[in-house]
Amino acid sequence: MSGYWAGIMAILCFNIVVAYSVFLPAASGQLNLGAAGFVAIGAYTSGYISTDLGAPMLVAILLGALVTGFVAFVISFPILRTRGVYMVLATFAFAEVVQGVFINLEIFGAAAGYPVAAFADLDVIVPLTIGVVVFVFFLMTTRLGLSMRAVHDDEPVAALFGVHARFTQVTAFTLGGVVAGIGGAIWAHNFNYVEIQNFNILLSIFVLLYVLIGGTQTAFGPLVGAVFFTLMPEALRVSEEWRFVFFGILIILMMVVRPEGLVTRTMLDRIKGLFFRRRPAPTADA
Amino acid sequence: MPDSILSFQNVSKNFSGLRVIDEVTFDVERGSRTALIGPNGAGKTTVFNLISGVYPIDQGQVLLDGGDISTLPVRERINKGISRSFQNIRLMPHLSAVENVMLGQHSRARSVGDLLFPLGWLPRNRWAKQAEEALAQAGLGTYPGEVVANLPYGVQKRIEVVRAMISEPKVLMLDEPAAGLNEKETEDLRLLLEQVSKRGVTLLVVEHDMQFVRRLCDQVVVLNFGKKIFEGLASAVQEDQAVREAYLGTEDVGDAA
Repeated sequence: MSGYWAGIMAILCFNIVVAYSVFLPAASGQLNLGAAGFVAIGAYTSGYISTDLGAPMLVAILLGALVTGFVAFVISFPILRTRGVYMVLATFAFAEVVQGVFINLEIFGAAAGYPVAAFADLDVIVPLTIGVVVFVFFLMTTRLGLSMRAVHDDEPVAALFGVHARFTQVTAFTLGGVVAGIGGAIWAHNFNYVEIQNFNILLSIFVLLYVLIGGTQTAFGPLVGAVFFTLMPEALRVSEEWRFVFFGILIILMMVVRPEGLVTRTMLDRIKGLFFRRRPAPTADA
Repeated sequence: MPDSILSFQNVSKNFSGLRVIDEVTFDVERGSRTALIGPNGAGKTTVFNLISGVYPIDQGQVLLDGGDISTLPVRERINKGISRSFQNIRLMPHLSAVENVMLGQHSRARSVGDLLFPLGWLPRNRWAKQAEEALAQAGLGTYPGEVVANLPYGVQKRIEVVRAMISEPKVLMLDEPAAGLNEKETEDLRLLLEQVSKRGVTLLVVEHDMQFVRRLCDQVVVLNFGKKIFEGLASAVQEDQAVREAYLGTEDVGDAA
């Protein structure tokens, strides 16, 4: 694989992982515009653990993810008191606070950035990404995943059927934090340099777009969204000057034509119906 | 003395100063099929919302099996044995029929293992099997995998009833379950509810279809303007003067004028 494609692949993996970090809360009805903040925490902490503390890279990635998950758990309580646009603002504000903290911390190089020694190539990044994808697909098939989708669709009714909405949302937000931490660790160990400027509001907006345009109804949505957003600008390189104009028009068209996202539950059912015959339904006396 | 499973005791509810439930008291006998009827705006759905905890009560008590459930969180009332359907369909639109029914099983999933059980990856698991069989019993066996938003109104209405039934409640509260159903679907629903009743489940039904009420229910509570005006046998309700006046108005309007 050429260096160019290896670079694209690493960015694709990073985008997929971070998209899933936003998808998990979104699947339970929470819009997170603070992905960059969580990714930054994962990047700095894992980089610090592998570089300054000398831990093996995989251990550092794991610990970075856990620290990020812990931070997500703690801040989920105040953030989940907000709803709708206020939650978007609260998560955005959280990311700004994280940015403000890291830019002043000398231990992480402050504004100059923090060099990370260990290098993660695709042999590490791809399995980690596959692991995250499989984990999220698994989670969404469980009763916890069912609860998340129920809370997303109608929280009061979910509660009437015994779903603990707050527990479900805190769990989704925390797991989203863990996954964002893995994304940050991938970034830190692939680029070997962590600068807080890389984790700005644009990253949060793009990742939220991957999820919303990919679709929040199924676990395929963020995958398709991240692949589309990563590869489409590359495919449009044939028209170097106009590619971002085309890309912007394409996004607007998708929002108009498929406001519910590229991948919907109904679409997947139709595709499944083309390849598999329906299982016969049980009879009443079965 | 009748064995009461659900007791609504001296309950009142105000919305912005307007008293919508006014010191209402009634009992639902264990194993009975009780209808809660009344003209539009009488407060029937509000009573359901007070029992299920959607609204907090302002005054009085709701007792289930003698225990006060008035202050329990909403999600704990289903654990005590209260389950309900809704006047306006409140299914999860992006879930399939069988997933909606599996949501009704949630109160019986108590361990971490239950929460992390891969329902979707093991299609013949006990949860899915039970949900599919419940749908089939309700005549909905052809729809288990369909996303409910794409299903007809009458089918969605019956899926709601199945979702409420599958939590194995002591008291099943159905808010206008026959609304929007055709004659055949209404009769199928009645037969299904009779089967449920024979299993010992107490039914509390809000319904405007009086033929459905007469054929299904043995007890009736009538509300009008937030007050109880009748409580007794279904066979006696039509003869009650207050009920007739609530539905039809008084005969001596001319004299009063």
